[in-house]
Amino acid sequence: MELDALRNRYLAAVLAAGDEAALEEVRLAALGKKGEISAMMATLGKMEPEARKAAGAALNVLKDEIDAALRAKKSALADAALDARLATEWLDVTLPGRPRPRGTIHPVSQVTEEVIAIFADMGFAVAEGPQVESDWHNFDALNIPPEHPARQEHDTFFMARAEGDTRPPHVLRTHTSPVQIRAMEARGAPVRIICPGRVYRMDMDHTHTPMFHQVEGLALGRDISMAHLKWTLEEFCRAFFEVPSVELRFRASHFPFTEPSAEVDIRCSWAGGQLKIGEGDSWLEILGSGMVHPKVLAAGGIDPTQWQGFAFGMGIDRIAMLKYGIPDLRAFFESDLRWLRHYGFSALDMPTVSGGLSR
Amino acid sequence: MKFTLSWLKDHLDTTASLDEITEALTDLGLEVEEVVNPAAKLASFTLAKVLHAEQHPDADKLRVCRVMTDEGEKQIVCGAPNARAGITVVLCKPGDYVPGIDVTLGVGKIRGVESHGMMASERELELSDEHNGIIELPSGQVGQKFVDWLAEHRPAAVDPMVHIKITPNRPDALGVRGIARDLAARGLGELKPLRIPAITGGFPSPIRVEIDPVLKARGCPHFAGRTIRGVKNGPSPDWLQQRLTAIGLRPISALVDITNYFTFGLNRPLHVFDVAKVQGGVLRIHPAKGGEEFLALDGKTYALRDGMMAISDEAGVESLAGIMGGEHSGCTDDTTEVFLESAWWDPITIAATGRALKINSDARYRFERGVDPAFTLPGLDLATQMILDLCGGEASDLAQDGAPIDTARAYRLDPARVVSLVGMEISEATQRRTLEALGFVLDGDMATPPSWRPDVQGEADLVEEVARIASLTRLVGKPLPRAHAGIPASVLTPLQSREKAARRTLAALGYNECVTYSFIDQASATLFGGGADATRLENPISSEMTHLRPDLLPGLLQAAARNQARGFADLALFEVGPAFAGGEPGEQALVATGLLVGATAPRDPFGSRRAVDVFDAKADVEAVLAAAGAPQRVQVGRKVPGWWHPGRSGAIALGPNVLATFGEVHPRVLREMGVKGPAVAFTVQLENLPFPKAKSPTRPALAISDLQAVERDFAFVVDTGTEALTVVNAAQGADKALIERVSVFDQFTGDKAEAQMGAGKKSLAITVRLQPQNKTLTEDEIEAVSRKIIEKVTKATGGTLRA
Repeated sequence: MELDALRNRYLAAVLAAGDEAALEEVRLAALGKKGEISAMMATLGKMEPEARKAAGAALNVLKDEIDAALRAKKSALADAALDARLATEWLDVTLPGRPRPRGTIHPVSQVTEEVIAIFADMGFAVAEGPQVESDWHNFDALNIPPEHPARQEHDTFFMARAEGDTRPPHVLRTHTSPVQIRAMEARGAPVRIICPGRVYRMDMDHTHTPMFHQVEGLALGRDISMAHLKWTLEEFCRAFFEVPSVELRFRASHFPFTEPSAEVDIRCSWAGGQLKIGEGDSWLEILGSGMVHPKVLAAGGIDPTQWQGFAFGMGIDRIAMLKYGIPDLRAFFESDLRWLRHYGFSALDMPTVSGGLSR
Repeated sequence: MKFTLSWLKDHLDTTASLDEITEALTDLGLEVEEVVNPAAKLASFTLAKVLHAEQHPDADKLRVCRVMTDEGEKQIVCGAPNARAGITVVLCKPGDYVPGIDVTLGVGKIRGVESHGMMASERELELSDEHNGIIELPSGQVGQKFVDWLAEHRPAAVDPMVHIKITPNRPDALGVRGIARDLAARGLGELKPLRIPAITGGFPSPIRVEIDPVLKARGCPHFAGRTIRGVKNGPSPDWLQQRLTAIGLRPISALVDITNYFTFGLNRPLHVFDVAKVQGGVLRIHPAKGGEEFLALDGKTYALRDGMMAISDEAGVESLAGIMGGEHSGCTDDTTEVFLESAWWDPITIAATGRALKINSDARYRFERGVDPAFTLPGLDLATQMILDLCGGEASDLAQDGAPIDTARAYRLDPARVVSLVGMEISEATQRRTLEALGFVLDGDMATPPSWRPDVQGEADLVEEVARIASLTRLVGKPLPRAHAGIPASVLTPLQSREKAARRTLAALGYNECVTYSFIDQASATLFGGGADATRLENPISSEMTHLRPDLLPGLLQAAARNQARGFADLALFEVGPAFAGGEPGEQALVATGLLVGATAPRDPFGSRRAVDVFDAKADVEAVLAAAGAPQRVQVGRKVPGWWHPGRSGAIALGPNVLATFGEVHPRVLREMGVKGPAVAFTVQLENLPFPKAKSPTRPALAISDLQAVERDFAFVVDTGTEALTVVNAAQGADKALIERVSVFDQFTGDKAEAQMGAGKKSLAITVRLQPQNKTLTEDEIEAVSRKIIEKVTKATGGTLRA
């Protein structure tokens, strides 16, 4: 009876406590060393064992009950205090986040990496060569003798020659084909390489810039044929343009360094002014190719009676424009920040065959 | 090269349609660039007959006609004065597009009277400028297609023109006959025989020809001609004028038109001299001495250079051989006696002369690619006959010097090799038939190319001819087996991987990648240590692109200036690419350059924005170096090139090997390049970073201690010129085993600092992290290390521990 009254009194006091200090007073009054319940606990020692057992149990139950009530109230008070504080902590979350710069990768770099990813999967290594070239590597070795009309059509940039230097002037390479020669000299046969890089021609109008980018491909083996070339390019175009299928058309043409030579067109549609690869009734010329001329093999130190293979070359800027719908070649080299941001790629857009070339 | 369908059919007996022909041409390597088919725009028009015409009730000049058409009787209102009953007209129906007035017709109501179409004038159909009335046809049935009527009665009006691109190896296709031969070989008809007339001279030629022995050896092995007297020059016949007009040539006179006709029809350029103007009776073919002046048919005067080939009479140069005739001895309407020249000129000599004098002519274009040397005399005879036919007169005996060059050579046809190279099954019989159709002569397995194919110079050319005629369009792709079965190995070289890492790191740091030109203007190149003659282009395309760039920074600064002009003040630009130390192959190096201009961030509510400074550049260059695999321990020196701020820049090096430079761009350079600062930058010499000796993915084992690390802070008063790295290195050296890391956490400089610590002094504060390896450190041990650190730093810097 006495305990019931005690319980009711303390539970009411717990409920009534308005803050942590008041609650602490209640705790001390009930459960503190000198508290009421502690005092009653102290009297247990004087009781008969039977009575002590019963009274002790009842007291412990009471003590636990009040303790639980105290804890619950304490937590409720803390929550209320936190809520009150949070209610004052308001920020305008529509303000911008702290600025973080967003960098970009140039389309030429991105597309070069895409091309490398595809050809690496087919076992082509990446070869490089100097951009100032000897005229031998740029022309003669590629079966373009000095008087060849093709040599005039290349719009070549020549390096100045010091007086008394009677060597033929070096050139800024007009194509990536001289890298073929250097790769043959360095690696021999069999060989599979692509050579991406800057090339230079003296031409500047709305579709030409005096510098642009090409990628050259070369595959030499014992029995590599033009049919292999066609398959390789079909696979490349399908992967590069990320379409289920492509159709290529080989057209006979002429390049001094290949024989037979073919220009390669890809089936496309221009419906609605937008290029779609792999469908439609139009053909778009995308690259030149052919079987490496025996004289070119010989110039690279490779026996043309033992080895044969194909070579091709295409414009990196051009396929970037086709794939990503970039209208103007000149803008590639103007570094207009708006253009770089719009057509650029994120640092983490790493083209892979497994993850896809583009997002 | 342009030609018309009817011209082609002079040489090719074919039933193929225009579409079939143009498709085959492109496939054969004679790429069709353009087809102008006048019939296409006239295809919908039909013939009709006016049954009745009467005055329009409301208009004086209009007539209401009843017209019989293929769709029955129609009412048409017409304003032409000649619209009257009984005439056969050309009908344009509602829905038809009328090219000459650029209108698609509808059913109209003209002054209240319905009109179902129109009857066209020649101008409305773009046939001629005639517009005085509607077309009245002298024949034709109602409902007949107008293009069919034209094909029968005015074929030139609907003769399609085809424009093809000729690759430099195909001089034979610079004549219509060569194109016909290719089509015949493909199976699109039969090549018609070319009958060479037998010309019998009636008198000795009053003009003799003499080739200088030097040129006979090389330049002009063969020169022939005939005098034709009693000719009457004047306009050439309509059919000839129409053909020339159709391919964009202006008809001039019968004699000139005939030479053009042979140039384009048979790739046989010719020239006619007016005999009355040739002095001395001899045409000499000789090398120019240099300095001779020559007025050419294009109206320009050229000064000949030593060794150029000229044709002269007693008075001087009359023709620039193989390139252009002279104004003085050219033909006019009054010409009555001509000397017709047919010669063979060395392609290389012609090309050199043409280039040097910058003369482009149809003759040069052909001679420098190669004209059939065996056709010099047959061409002369054919042209002589044509002059006799069109201009009358009498031909002389042949006047000639020299003889055709010998083009005889033979190459082995290996049918199996053709199949192996092309990857297409082509039977031996087909291969042989193909070559024979192109004019090759086969003897066993040896093939002799025809005289008109100078491009065929080896076995590979035979393969190309066979493949081309067989059609590469039919080629079916065949999988290229992997060189090694299984998963391909990585292909990038360490430098290529490094280039990629540097590029991606810079983009991740917020830089926008640029690709700028490899050549820049000399002034900019000079600012960056370049601009020497070794890197000068002989023929730059503009004054802004005269020298190879010695560094990537000028290009980026120019880009920054352009962007600033567009209102973008804060920029982070980078480029990875070649810089050129010289003009020899290989004198280029791969570098990565970053440029920060303006502020670090846009204005924002948090005050993030501040001007970029050296330590932004340093942080980024260190990130690039780390990504590119540079070792952690490097030296930072102050020896940098002159385009950096002398006090606010540094070079990161391994001994003498400079890996990178960074700092503020020299203010004078910024001014010269028109960039508003502040601007900081860095350049990483990607090729200078050492490569790991052996590549292994294995990492060294991780050593971590469970013992508590201890950090202690020290502040030193040192001279303002003392470098932080000196302090850090000295502290580090106090106990290499125990001291895990030393870092600078505060610097106190400036007037206030000097007021406190004395003039020329500053305070640098470092924190030292001690990591015990075996047992927890005691206070005494920590105290001992601390004393040693203080001792080392004060000794190294001459400074003191700050009180």
